[in-house]
Amino acid sequence: MTPPNGRLTVLNGEEEAGTGHSRRAFLQMALGGAAVAALGACGAEDLLRRHLHELSPEDVQALLARLEKKYSARYGKKVTVAATPALPGVEFAYGLDLSRCIGCRRCVYACVRENNPSRRNPQIQWIRVLEMDKEHGVDLQHANPYYEADLVPRPGHFYMPVQCQQCRNPPCVKVCPVKATWKEPDGIVVIDSEWCIGCRCCMAACPYGARKFNWAEPDLPAAEMNPVTHYLGNRPRPRGVVEKCTFCIQRSRVGRYPACVEICPVGARKFGNLLDPQSEIRRVMETKRVFVFKEDLATEPHFYYFYAT
Amino acid sequence: MGFVRFLKGCARLVTQGGKAYWAWIAALSVAIGIGTAGYARQFSVGLIATNMRDQITWAFYIGNFTFLVGVAAAAVLLVIPAYVYHWKPIKEVVVLGELLAISAITMCLLFVLVDMGRPDRFLHIVPGLGSPNWPRSLLSWDALVLNVYLAVNLVVAVHVLYSLFMRREYSRKIFVPLVLFSIPLAVGIHTVTAFLYNGMAARPYWNASILAPRFIASAFCSGPAVLLILFQVLRKATGLDIKDEAIWKVAELMAYAMFFNLFLLGAELFKEYYSHTEHLLYTRYYWQGIGGHRALVPFAWASLACSLVAFLLFLIPRTRTNWVTLNLGCILIWAGVYIEKGMGLVVPGMTPDTLGEIYEYTPTSTEWMVATGVFGVGFLVFTVLVKIAVPIMSGAFHVEARPAEGAAAQTLTR
Repeated sequence: MTPPNGRLTVLNGEEEAGTGHSRRAFLQMALGGAAVAALGACGAEDLLRRHLHELSPEDVQALLARLEKKYSARYGKKVTVAATPALPGVEFAYGLDLSRCIGCRRCVYACVRENNPSRRNPQIQWIRVLEMDKEHGVDLQHANPYYEADLVPRPGHFYMPVQCQQCRNPPCVKVCPVKATWKEPDGIVVIDSEWCIGCRCCMAACPYGARKFNWAEPDLPAAEMNPVTHYLGNRPRPRGVVEKCTFCIQRSRVGRYPACVEICPVGARKFGNLLDPQSEIRRVMETKRVFVFKEDLATEPHFYYFYAT
Repeated sequence: MGFVRFLKGCARLVTQGGKAYWAWIAALSVAIGIGTAGYARQFSVGLIATNMRDQITWAFYIGNFTFLVGVAAAAVLLVIPAYVYHWKPIKEVVVLGELLAISAITMCLLFVLVDMGRPDRFLHIVPGLGSPNWPRSLLSWDALVLNVYLAVNLVVAVHVLYSLFMRREYSRKIFVPLVLFSIPLAVGIHTVTAFLYNGMAARPYWNASILAPRFIASAFCSGPAVLLILFQVLRKATGLDIKDEAIWKVAELMAYAMFFNLFLLGAELFKEYYSHTEHLLYTRYYWQGIGGHRALVPFAWASLACSLVAFLLFLIPRTRTNWVTLNLGCILIWAGVYIEKGMGLVVPGMTPDTLGEIYEYTPTSTEWMVATGVFGVGFLVFTVLVKIAVPIMSGAFHVEARPAEGAAAQTLTR
């Protein structure tokens, strides 16, 4: 495994291949001096910062160090901000067994504990569990995300958790006016919350309601803050930007399960490398019949649903 | 030297006026003050001061933006009939249309700015400084065309007015190509804005190819409606030579545009209701409501009623040439299109949300305040521009005119 503080990947899938490298180099030369000079001074560096893909490895390291210092001071503990790149030969995929899910929402809260979203006003949760009627099947007109139950599963219902589907053809990336969100080589769609302008086009474009907005200053109590973070994932977000599930990029890229997979008490959640024939997810694909959500939109998710029994 | 005199003269024109003028300026200042207070609140707590939430991420601000893009586009499209029918005061019509476009674009840009979560990062969309996502993102295109459109209109208006001020013929080499260029650009800003919605497959209400044509058709109604009223006011106040026939002709063209708009609406409603797929839900939310959720229903029908009545008023020659019914028609068209292209477009597109949840949106007082402020700024820009332009076009304000003369020419009240 690569050390957590490795160089951030700047490769960005095939759609980025055309962006002029010479222009980037030129701009870096022209503005690099000013940017580096301003990097020390607080406030100004945000205004003059370049897009992450135009930063040199040294600039990225400086940025990470600055953020670590800032978060450590704010939350009163040692916070790490890693930039672990995508591993070659890895394409993550996720499987969710609808026949096993009991709707307990433990995944929702494990995700909240892991990923540092705002706790209330706004309350942000990256996973939304929909309670469906058995008589209607998967029908969003009869989906209830706000069910309250003493005991789950409730008779007559089944449950469908929805989170970012990490599309191969992500509509959110296409619409972003400033390239603040993109698809990483391992299939994870990420957001640079230092670059997002908060226009919310991506939220209008996402067919899965996966993207959440920091409508106010995030409310993240220091005691609940998870100090092990990744730049493109669970580090604390500022007000006015969009965030979403990253398959727990801070965990998955160092060989761990996402928090929701780990917590699931019924084993409904499967995760692994699609390119590894021995992986759990490949076994699901080969032995079960999988489907993707809203397949008519051709988003080609890395997130598969199936009924194991 | 001439330009300094021009600017000084402009400043004098703007700071001199009758009681009605100052009352109007005071009213606009109050509106801007209200907007500033609203935005200060939003800026301190964040967009949580609005009623937008994850279910409805665009609402009142973006609705107003969309409507005003239409106004900006149509103001310049009025140049076409002016040319086709060889109106005598073509220059005046073009310049006034352009001034309206400048004001409307100002409001558009402000509405986008107040809707942004991080307005401090707006430079990220600027080529060279930021990283605009061209050519894939429609919003980055929209930012481009809106700013180019603003620049073109500014150049033409300032060039014509300055030339008239200096008492020399404006350069047709600059004027004609830029005016001709601004026509496809006007269609362009509206089409790109329509495509911004149109391209989102996740939102069936917007993902209909009829959207861009409907935008253009409705803009051809709302933009000229403003100008028709304006022409009458200016004609009375300043003796600007605009013939009755010209106004009636525009009204007739508006009737056709409204017919086309209503036809396209009918086509859309037929498709939704007859095919009756799950995509009908959004149309149903707008026209009938879903269960107890009926916030937009009265507005939907009011909008249709306004548009239908205005269509009839503009279609029948007797009501079209009667000033009372003509102006009533203009107001009805404004109201109808404002609902249809504002909240009636944005909110049903996101209700229910992509996971079927219904969150009923109504603007907060902060949103009303901010919107009031933005309209205040737009009207102020327009007032100031017209206040300068009219005496120039009527010949009262020019390089040789002494200050006293300039002041005497101030008969215009607003």
